[in-house]
Amino acid sequence: MSEPVPLTTDHPGQVASATPPAPGRSRRLSDRWLAVTFISPAMLLLLAMSVFPLLWALYLSFTDYSATRGGPANFIGFGNYTAILTSAQVHTRALTTLIYVVGAVGLQTVLGFGIAYLISRRTHGRGVLTTLFLVPMMLSPVVVGLFWRFMLDAQFGVVNSMLGSIGLGQVEWLTRQRTALLSLIVVDTWQWTPFIMLIALAGLTAVPKYLYEAASIDRASEWFRFRTITLPLVWPLLLIAVMFRAIEAFRLFDLVYILTNGGPGVSTETLSFHIYKVAFLGFNTGTASAYGILMVLVVIVLTQFYLRYLNKLKEG
Amino acid sequence: MAVSVDEAVSTGPARDHTAPARRPGGRGRSVLEVALLTVLAVVMLFPVLWMIETSIKENRDVYAIPAKLFDFTVTLEHYKDVFVASDGGRSALSVSFLNSVVVAGASTVLATVLGVPAAWAYSRFAVKAKKDQLFFILSTRFMPPVVVVIPIFLMYRQVGLIDNKLGLILIYTAFNVPFTIWMMKGFVDEVPAEYEDAAMLDGYTRLQAFWRYTLPLLVPGIAATAVFALIFSWNEFVFATFLTSSDSVRTAPPAIAGLIGGTTTDWGLVAAASVVFALPVLVFAYLVRKHLIAGVTLGAVRR
Repeated sequence: MSEPVPLTTDHPGQVASATPPAPGRSRRLSDRWLAVTFISPAMLLLLAMSVFPLLWALYLSFTDYSATRGGPANFIGFGNYTAILTSAQVHTRALTTLIYVVGAVGLQTVLGFGIAYLISRRTHGRGVLTTLFLVPMMLSPVVVGLFWRFMLDAQFGVVNSMLGSIGLGQVEWLTRQRTALLSLIVVDTWQWTPFIMLIALAGLTAVPKYLYEAASIDRASEWFRFRTITLPLVWPLLLIAVMFRAIEAFRLFDLVYILTNGGPGVSTETLSFHIYKVAFLGFNTGTASAYGILMVLVVIVLTQFYLRYLNKLKEG
Repeated sequence: MAVSVDEAVSTGPARDHTAPARRPGGRGRSVLEVALLTVLAVVMLFPVLWMIETSIKENRDVYAIPAKLFDFTVTLEHYKDVFVASDGGRSALSVSFLNSVVVAGASTVLATVLGVPAAWAYSRFAVKAKKDQLFFILSTRFMPPVVVVIPIFLMYRQVGLIDNKLGLILIYTAFNVPFTIWMMKGFVDEVPAEYEDAAMLDGYTRLQAFWRYTLPLLVPGIAATAVFALIFSWNEFVFATFLTSSDSVRTAPPAIAGLIGGTTTDWGLVAAASVVFALPVLVFAYLVRKHLIAGVTLGAVRR
């Protein structure tokens, strides 16, 4: 009677002690196999739809290929690149883009942080307020562009109508050189201020309350508390939002296309919009590719800064 | 936003009591702040309200000078025009809405099917140069669409995907996969790997453990991620406008933008179409409001 008991307990034990290395190895093997089969479909799609097209563009950028003329692509070395980098037209667009990026992202940061700060000081209705403020951000650039075009119309636009009712003159928002770029900045600011606000608000609500309590025991002034507690703690997260917006603003195309179509003249043509004109209206595919590759290089550098910073923030 | 609501409840009373006691000017300042917030909220929301108002205005009120804020005649004609063509059949706009549903839906499903397993693998396994791979994946999402569209256009012309819904679905999937992977990796990281280890001790394989134990816990995260992918595809304009041309393939954004092509623009129709187009996005965004920060930063920032 005593025999079967040790047998039954002994048996699985023996099996277990004899086998561990085998399942261990096969598990590691199957883990690697699993990782490869799970990751490679997504990777292959990205390689086919993102990397391959860019490589093709890189090849075209060294040729005089034109998508409409057809015919063989002749290798012309760095011709396209030197042409673009020395072109006064491109310099104008670069300046326009810079003014737009700095103006729009700057305004968004100040306004977004301001709104977030005001909301964070409220005790009631924060959820409702935040939700209402976020609406513009979720709209498609098409809807935003079209609608502001209607509101900024010089004749029947509601903005001029309102200016008129408080006794101010009419402004040709989208048809004057200076105001067109300003309008673009205003519309982009309207749409993306909520983005900065959302992230700033997350930072502000994460500041530990005991820091403020300690500061108020020391009778520190409001400005002192803001400068020494709030800003340093929120700044890292705010910077993430600002960098993200700057990259997005640098690539801007759709809002320009719909709101001003680059005009009047070329006053609101950003780099992206200019590439579109070179590629799809001028049909200089080779030149446009070189132009695009240069822009991609800038984006890659900006993205690397952004990602490194993000990574540092996550680990720190 | 959930964070902010919770904070408001827990710290609210304390502040309410202390602030007025210490600073006599506290109340005046508080009123000023509320006033400022109200003004800002009105400015931010006015364009949206104006759009809704325009969509239900009679045409002669739409073009009234000065603009009519309150006393206008209400009509639903513009909404009818969005869906019904002048000859009584289906309008081109309603077809484009249907195309948008197909394209956004299919690309979201594909991005989810490709992205979720990859996110799980990146979260659980020691993959070579994992950080570099993840950086590379997100970098592809930052490429300027206008630049990518040039070679994509040539590529599609070769294989006959120009003016084809499948072409749009593929490019949208490629743009949503990086987002899905980054967003989902965060959700997978939150599920302890020990659940799978325990299941494997019970005799399940790694795959079964993932399928039976981890995946069910990821469903809310997958739903939120899919909603964002859906919104991105739904709102996308650049690829849609350059890769499609015929009414039967075109999605809603280029179709709506096409309404202003002619000499006169029916702004009432534009407004109505915009409202119909934006409404589902706002509803969906409201549903995923808890994950909004992660969603709009492509899964990079999580709080």
